[in-house]
Amino acid sequence: MGTWHEYLQSEGMPPEWPYPIKFGEETELDADVLVLGGGIAGCWAAISAARQGAKVVMMEKGDVRRSGAGGPGCDHWCNVPANPLSRVDPDEWAILEMESLGDYSNGIGIEIQCREDFDALLEMEQMGGKIRDTDDEFLGVEGRDDATKFMVSPRYSVDGALAPAKGWGEPGFNPPEKRNNTVLRIWGSTFKPVLKKECLRLGVRILDRTMATCILNEKGRQGARAVGATGINVRTGEFVIVKAGAVIISTAGAGHLWYLDMEHGGYSTMYSRNQSGDGTAMAWRAGAKVTMMEVSSPNRFSGGLKHKWYTGGGDASYENVPLVDANNKRLPAPTQGWTDGGAMFSPQADIIARVREGVKRGEYELPFYADFASMKPEESHATWDLMLTEESTTKIMVQTMEAGGFDKHRDQIMNYTLIEAQPSQQYRDPAGGGGIMTDWDLMTSVDGLFAAGMSTFSPGDHSYAAATGRYAGRKAAVWAKQRGAGEISREQVDAEKERVLAPTKRTGGIEWKELHNGLSRVMQYYAGEFRNERMLDMALEEIGRIEEFAVPQLYALDPHKLMRSLEDLSIIEYAKIVLNAIKERRFTSQKLRIERQDYPENDPEEEKNYLALYQEDGKVCFQRVPIRYWGTMKEQYEAHNPDYTGVYKG
Amino acid sequence: MDNKVYAIPNVQTPGMPVLIDPQKCIGCNTCVETCQIDVFIPNPVRGRPPIILHPEECWYCGCCATDCPTPGAMQFNWPLPLKPRWRNRETGTVSQVR
Repeated sequence: MGTWHEYLQSEGMPPEWPYPIKFGEETELDADVLVLGGGIAGCWAAISAARQGAKVVMMEKGDVRRSGAGGPGCDHWCNVPANPLSRVDPDEWAILEMESLGDYSNGIGIEIQCREDFDALLEMEQMGGKIRDTDDEFLGVEGRDDATKFMVSPRYSVDGALAPAKGWGEPGFNPPEKRNNTVLRIWGSTFKPVLKKECLRLGVRILDRTMATCILNEKGRQGARAVGATGINVRTGEFVIVKAGAVIISTAGAGHLWYLDMEHGGYSTMYSRNQSGDGTAMAWRAGAKVTMMEVSSPNRFSGGLKHKWYTGGGDASYENVPLVDANNKRLPAPTQGWTDGGAMFSPQADIIARVREGVKRGEYELPFYADFASMKPEESHATWDLMLTEESTTKIMVQTMEAGGFDKHRDQIMNYTLIEAQPSQQYRDPAGGGGIMTDWDLMTSVDGLFAAGMSTFSPGDHSYAAATGRYAGRKAAVWAKQRGAGEISREQVDAEKERVLAPTKRTGGIEWKELHNGLSRVMQYYAGEFRNERMLDMALEEIGRIEEFAVPQLYALDPHKLMRSLEDLSIIEYAKIVLNAIKERRFTSQKLRIERQDYPENDPEEEKNYLALYQEDGKVCFQRVPIRYWGTMKEQYEAHNPDYTGVYKG
Repeated sequence: MDNKVYAIPNVQTPGMPVLIDPQKCIGCNTCVETCQIDVFIPNPVRGRPPIILHPEECWYCGCCATDCPTPGAMQFNWPLPLKPRWRNRETGTVSQVR
């Protein structure tokens, strides 16, 4: 027995819903700081706010113990230039990072990351997370520092090497004495359980299996101060209202916007189905400014229902493993290893083009392999038993492959990159692109509403989420203490409750998967590789029809399906922001990954800015915000944090 | 188990993200609580293995299997099209996760 069908066959009837159904019932709570999303950023926000003495409530769709993109684990603490082995200055590194991202990313968050994520890492160790090779398992592995037992990662070991640095692969390239040492290898699968434990120890009220649905504005007015939020229990359907002095959005991106076919939801994306842009959609409805929403790109990591990432869909060059062809000939693709210090194979268009041409000419033969067997034994040990064992979702790959007989010292993992052909242009990824704008307190344009982690138009890696969550938590706690509680509007609560529960009033019509696919089809057709004004207008019109005819038919038979239905509604909201942003950007941009056939001019100088979007009385408004609107990162950081006390002393 | 044939909709696929050994599973529901997207629900009978209710929503993070406290009770099961392959560098023999 195991599946629903087997249960039916065995018992002669389907199981009853296992949790009490509480549609219509509500619970009301108070908090100084309310955290929406209990992933990495959310946990750190809750912990740091609680350490400031704030009464904290945290809502999480899953269970905080393993929820979020970082729930299963993480193998690298990125951008940690303040670590004792680093050869770079944190402020200078933050500037380099911004330059390597073409100035289009969240400079405030990156400065916070570079300044504070080492402190966060040390606090992780205090809580019980493993950040050093304390068992001496990796003695002799390159990058291991015997004094501190820290393990430097080979990733990005050359300055700004998001793309391969010049001279990679040549003898003597990237010598040890010149490496920047800004990424540490960590045992991230130990992190999330200890974060939950610490939240509980500090008295954080965790609402597991509770999806946040709406920011409550003072007097219910869009753009007014955030004074709480509503949520829905995804197992019971109970409606939750939390009044709060400050609210932090620490939710995920919208990984599935362009993905048709939810039957294969988790197949090969980097994201669980839970990532549906709820936070951005909520912030938008609350009147907060968002930016970079026009950015998307073909899913680099085997998008479009291809093979799962490290099991071959992506490539192990990400983790120091050389790629070879069927005859064991090394491919002209850099590894993020010591020898090359470069970026991984998949996103590098010019390198992929060289390899493709080589295949056509017969220079390289398919299939390709990640050549673990040719690595030094201690290096493949570190890659396999530390990096892949600890990285999000790949521990299970290590376990199942070993159970199947894989030997890292003898075997090579098959790589599907070219077999599966190029990423499909219509299966796009909005992650790493748009999100909520903030000031230096990580407060959004709505008073009392803060944001951290993936939702802040950032690279979205683990240590960024940790550092910005930790920062937002302490700032929100101070803000809430100064301002006290606000007044929620019962009218807004009632309207939201009606919106949220509407799909439960119907037993037939359109189910969440069909709605999702209808929306994805619009994005694929009209906002895929090619865009023009006509098509973007058609997309918005079609979404209008979906809202008019399909949404009123949306039905949910239980609280779980209600959660998925509400996620779809978030995704629809998210899609409208994206389409409005692309429409407003009347140029083509390599940096922003926009192709406008009707406006082919590439990256015009006068349009080098952030496009901010927000709503006023339900109307979409635009604002051009200068690049580096945050000012000089170092100065501004220091001006806003004169009393920062560093690592938590308990 | 009876032999009755029920009228049911098509089975969702992929449908078996994990294999549960009912002899070993103690029905502790750690997996039910660990899974971030509620692939499982608890069995109505306390102590029995959980029921896989939403297999097609699985994102293959594997936390259910890796955090299972009972050795051998839960085995991760890659969908057929996702089973990774590898090659012995010396012999050229290609193997695949079962």
